[in-house]
Amino acid sequence: MKDMRYSKTHEWVKTEGAVVSVGVTEYAAEQMGDAVFVELPEIGASLKIGKPFASIESIKAVSEVISPVTGRITEINQSLLDSPEAINRDALSAWLIRAEVSAFDGTLMDEAEYNKAVSVSE
Amino acid sequence: MAKKTALYDRLGDLGAKFTEFCGFYMPVQFERGILAEHKAVRTKAGIFDVSHMGEFVLEGENAERDAEKLFTNGFLGMPDGRARYTLMCDFEGGVIDDLLVYRADRNKFYIVVNASNIEKDREWMLKNMTFESRLRDISDEISMIAVQGPNAEALVKRLFSLVPARFYTFLFSEFKGLKAAVSRTGYTGEDGFEIYAENSAIGPIFDECIRIKDEYGAELCGLGARDTLRLESAMPLYGHEMSGETLATELRLDSFIKLGKEAFIGRDALLSKPPKYARIGLKLLGRGIAREACPVFSGDTEIGVVTSGSLSPSLGYAVAMARVKSGIELFDLSVSVRGKSIEAELTEMPFYKRNY
Repeated sequence: MKDMRYSKTHEWVKTEGAVVSVGVTEYAAEQMGDAVFVELPEIGASLKIGKPFASIESIKAVSEVISPVTGRITEINQSLLDSPEAINRDALSAWLIRAEVSAFDGTLMDEAEYNKAVSVSE
Repeated sequence: MAKKTALYDRLGDLGAKFTEFCGFYMPVQFERGILAEHKAVRTKAGIFDVSHMGEFVLEGENAERDAEKLFTNGFLGMPDGRARYTLMCDFEGGVIDDLLVYRADRNKFYIVVNASNIEKDREWMLKNMTFESRLRDISDEISMIAVQGPNAEALVKRLFSLVPARFYTFLFSEFKGLKAAVSRTGYTGEDGFEIYAENSAIGPIFDECIRIKDEYGAELCGLGARDTLRLESAMPLYGHEMSGETLATELRLDSFIKLGKEAFIGRDALLSKPPKYARIGLKLLGRGIAREACPVFSGDTEIGVVTSGSLSPSLGYAVAMARVKSGIELFDLSVSVRGKSIEAELTEMPFYKRNY
């Protein structure tokens, strides 16, 4: 079973069984432009809802990635350190971290709600 | 409310992401993004709307003398049809603007100024030139396209039967009866052209560039790529590398400052004041980008700040220009980026140099 939800700050959270991955949305990737550096936390670091845990740097600016979950990081996507452009190529498969999660942000949206929110803000 | 250039609607239709810049809605990038646009200029060609730039005409029997007095570079006896980069200083040697000066003949010069400085430059020049000369600000009437890159010449030749053969020269030409000034200049470090035309004429010229661009691998580019291109070429940008507080002699632009020529405004001050700062080039050795205002350290001592910085798409590492105290020994350089220290080394400017 796969469940994909989206935050107001343009992160996605995917739950596949016990595995929870977090990335940024296509909208976010498009807004920031070409990603050139990604900074990821250490495995074992804790995540807290609403707190930044990673940053993505594009030619134009640095964007912080806000955690939509509380928990502990079990895996980081090392390949993004060398290939940050994967975020622009396919944001929804370019996961940043995987985590053991104890709580989800209560304001997460499903795809339809998120797409609506994004189209309103444009 | 910001102004729109004559090409605004066309750029919107072509996928521009706009931002407000110097009082204009300008495209930051198009759909393929800054890196693709940057690469196109380095390897093939790029087309930019830079109509925000200001244009003046300085004319009259004293025009040559006035240019000589107002600007730091030399204009006396300059051959007609040439362009020269120059600074304009106040009496204290502070930089009012950096500009491009075209000489039509000794009685007529065209001057291109930064969009952010149009009013300031105009007022300064009017106040300090002789009564015999006239200055016309034609910024609102003139539009400008830059076509830059190794394929720029082939592309521009399709439009104009006559194009300047040498870098930093210009001539008047026509596209389907529309008059344009075609200048072999640019702000990217590549060979290229800047095309000036009246607002009503620029549309058809631009449309033709777009119609044939794929034949030359050219991309439509925004200010994002313009900024990474000029940074790699270590070209200063007013408001970043320099301001009214910067002495002209603090910029490593000495070849554009003719201290030996007859008096120009700011010369005495520049001769009497030793430069307190220097513009330097840095290569970052660690991961990350040092952006404007990041502090620069030599050992444990803070020596200045980054004035422009980005990843250099051509080189694959981050570079920066910085304004640092002069006369200080530079060793163990680092830049503080959001509280994190990134090692850096002094490197020659320009960071990138074209090889043709």
